Amino acid sequence: MKLIIQVWRQESRDAKGKFEKYNLEGLDENMSVPEMLDFLNEKLIKRGEDPIAFESDCREGICGQCGFVINGHVQSPEKQATTCQTHLRSFKDGEEVFLEPFRATAFPIKKDLCIDRTALDRIIAKGGYIGVNTGQAPEANSILIGHDTAESAFDAAACIGCGACVAVCKNASAALFTGAKISHLSMLPQGKLEAKTRVQKMVAQMDAEGFGSCTFTGACEKVCPQGISLANIVTMNREFWKS
Amino acid sequence: MLNSKIPEGPIQHKWTQYKASAKLINPANRKKYKVIVVGTGLAGSSCAASLSELGFQVEVYTFHESPRRAHSVAAQGGINAAKDYKNDGDSVWRMFYDTVKGGDFRSREANVYRMAECSLALIDQAVAQGVPFAREYSGYLSNRSFGGVQVSRTFYARGQTGQQLLQGAYQALIRQTAVGNINLHTRHEMMDLVVVNNKAKGIVTRNLDTGEIKIMEADAVVLATGGYGKIYYLSTLAMNCNASAIWRAHKRGAFFAAPSWTQFHPTSLPQMGDYQSKLTLMSESLRNDGRIWVPKKKADDRPPHEIPEEERDYYLERKYPSYGNLAPRDISSRAAKEQIDGGHGVGPMKNAVYLDFDSAIAQEGKPTIEKRYGNLFDMYKKITGMDAYKQPMLISPAAHFSMGGLWVDYELMSNLEGLFVLGEANFADHGANRLGANSLLQACVDGYFIAPHTIMNFLASEKPHETIDQIEKEKLITDTQERLETLLKIKGNKTAEEFHKELGIILYTKCGLIREEAVLLEAKSQIQELQKSFYTDLLVPAGNQINFELEKAARVEDYLELALLIVEDALQREESCGAHFRKEFQTEEGEAKRNDEEFKFVSVWESLEKNVFKLHKEDLDFENIKVSERSYK
Ligand SMILES: Cc1cc2nc3c(=O)[nH]c(=O)nc-3n(C[C@H](O)[C@H](O)[C@H](O)COP(=O)(O)OP(=O)(O)OC[C@H]3O[C@@H](n4cnc5c(N)ncnc54)[C@H](O)[C@@H]3O)c2cc1C
Ligand code: SF4
Ligand code: FES
Repeated sequence: MKLIIQVWRQESRDAKGKFEKYNLEGLDENMSVPEMLDFLNEKLIKRGEDPIAFESDCREGICGQCGFVINGHVQSPEKQATTCQTHLRSFKDGEEVFLEPFRATAFPIKKDLCIDRTALDRIIAKGGYIGVNTGQAPEANSILIGHDTAESAFDAAACIGCGACVAVCKNASAALFTGAKISHLSMLPQGKLEAKTRVQKMVAQMDAEGFGSCTFTGACEKVCPQGISLANIVTMNREFWKS
Repeated sequence: MLNSKIPEGPIQHKWTQYKASAKLINPANRKKYKVIVVGTGLAGSSCAASLSELGFQVEVYTFHESPRRAHSVAAQGGINAAKDYKNDGDSVWRMFYDTVKGGDFRSREANVYRMAECSLALIDQAVAQGVPFAREYSGYLSNRSFGGVQVSRTFYARGQTGQQLLQGAYQALIRQTAVGNINLHTRHEMMDLVVVNNKAKGIVTRNLDTGEIKIMEADAVVLATGGYGKIYYLSTLAMNCNASAIWRAHKRGAFFAAPSWTQFHPTSLPQMGDYQSKLTLMSESLRNDGRIWVPKKKADDRPPHEIPEEERDYYLERKYPSYGNLAPRDISSRAAKEQIDGGHGVGPMKNAVYLDFDSAIAQEGKPTIEKRYGNLFDMYKKITGMDAYKQPMLISPAAHFSMGGLWVDYELMSNLEGLFVLGEANFADHGANRLGANSLLQACVDGYFIAPHTIMNFLASEKPHETIDQIEKEKLITDTQERLETLLKIKGNKTAEEFHKELGIILYTKCGLIREEAVLLEAKSQIQELQKSFYTDLLVPAGNQINFELEKAARVEDYLELALLIVEDALQREESCGAHFRKEFQTEEGEAKRNDEEFKFVSVWESLEKNVFKLHKEDLDFENIKVSERSYK
């Protein structure tokens, strides 16, 4: 299989970047996108050129480390998939494929396809937790949680912190990410007590990091590899007004 | 020389006794002590958070961009605890027994008992943190069963148990960065351990974004850096999993135990081509309903549905009638390999066996199977493009878990004082084979419940903040700088990845599921050759700032050294036990044949100089469980 790859190359945070074109032959349609970059990098290194800097770790869609924009699709042209779960069989033989980093003010580009998403950790640090110390917990079955509540909490908690929702949003809002954590925790009886301060502090941090505000276009829900629902943003807003 | 420091008294009371007599530090004085925690998986995050809650100063390091990306995130199946919520006869004692037996009587009784005992509180802790475990309609916690046991003691959160537990631990950790005493250093790799007078006193780190090399001093160092199964190149581990932190500590004097005991998971997806970088695990829970088979005829090229029932060999059901498709991992993986090697392999590379849901779908209906495994079937389709409702899955054994690791005593402390090793990075609880859903548990229990007590006990006899000599510090930094410069200067023609792949092939074929003296000796000389050529042929692109190739090269350098120790360990152990199967030592029926007379010990290795290893032995005493043949027939 052949592809023409156009990759965003950018030396460092402040450098100017541009697309660079590579003609690749001898690809296998079962390769994942990161495996294709491994293949390309091998060639670049041997030609004495600088390999493309990109990150990936689990390569099975759960760690949230990968994630580029592929032909304008954030994460993947496939439905509910991460970049590492995207295989070359998604492209036509000979197709031109554009790869560029997620773009958002709060996610500065470090090099080529690598970005800095630590802003998301700082939002969680403000209250995305239940304040229980080791040793304080009561017997597990003394906290009853209905099957459906547990399932809904799981749906929200499944977020992998990839930032695709931010990258696709025209305002670069982190509402889906933040809303998912707020609704995961405030839905559970053990997380209700801190609900008020949690939502206030997390929303304030979201603003402080330079994420935009949510105008409810629903673009985030469509690209989220975990299928996190827009309803989480509604929950966040409700919790916010309640507080 | 090796003192495992197991407390006196009956096994049920050892841990209580230990805690009752452990030394404490006054809350006001705790902040004077600094502890380094390397790794933010379940073991590292939980330990760091717990220490900070107690009031210690904690410096946390991970090479990841965020603590939440540690490979614990990928665990699917579940976590064990002896809660006996099913009233099916489970107890701490039974879990202890199952684990010791599952490990083929090569683990330390006292540690295993403690893990089972602490499992109860761990589920409580996780629920309190908001981990959304599966629930019954009544609101109570739900359980399922896993390979190698006959009770249902596995708690799970759909197919993402590791992710959910890690969220809990990560949130506890990140909370302490705001309200407690944690300093978090992401994108920092530990390059070396600082040892002063046989005590761990700090680490050498490299900032992976800027290339800066620094020293962090501390009163104790915790390594929770995960497993090294990635040494086989193709494995279920993440791309960046490595052995470097524990290997560098080993080179500074920490003993390495049972390095060759690697678990091969039976239900991974097979390799599809040379380009492949990792193997994805399909949860073991699939074996509850899937039936494993191969064609009876060798090199049978017919598609599976054209092979009639009588021409299929359901080899696990045939060989292990009472456990069938749920036989423990080591046994299932080895059986698959025998079929593949015997010419019965299926799939494009003839390197797989079938996992078939036809009878389950016929019996229970597609909706039921979809409800149980829908997400796994979707994942299978995403990766392979194939539909497992219509044709059987292709599965194959893959390197998965390191039972071996740095040697630790009952306090999870290495032979180097002040160096604590937690989670998959240590050798302790799983013996020669780990039972499914026990390692998330071990990582959590080590970090939340054990290390905080044993570290405090250690620190209580230490003077806080003894600084390291300045000249010594500068030398350590130069050592690491020079090491990296050497790699950059070789300028050969082969990438680190290519070396890693070659090493992986040697290990898979010669020191994998089945081992044999003559073949191991071949492996040894091939690895030596490969290591030699590494220093003449390696090609690393220039650049000291973000340079993933340089990171890889340093890790592969360490892998090559560890690989030699792995082979040495496999050669030395002239018996078969658990995951370590020596062809020369098997029963008439082809099962692992232990030699308790001569090998009822843990092999503990010291490196005298590069590639020169000295064996120490920790004898294993079984006072509570009768050592018997491990049978799953
Ligand atoms: C695909 C898969 C599925 C699994 N499923 C299950 C299951 O269902 N049940 C079960 O019980 N177990 C399961 N396991 C095993 C279990 O997940 C692991 O044993 C456990 O999570 C290990 O946790 P840990 O904290 O020891 O290490 P990890 O989670 O691997 O964390 C290691 C940490 O160390 C850091 N690190 C490593 N080296 C360095 C360095 N040199 N410098 C700085 N930082 C470093 C990393 O950044 C990371 O933060 C599974 C494993 C895999 C691979
Ligand atoms: S909400 Fe979805 S897209 Fe956003 S960070 Fe979480 S997983 Fe990624
Ligand atoms: S590499 Fe982990 S989600 Fe893609």
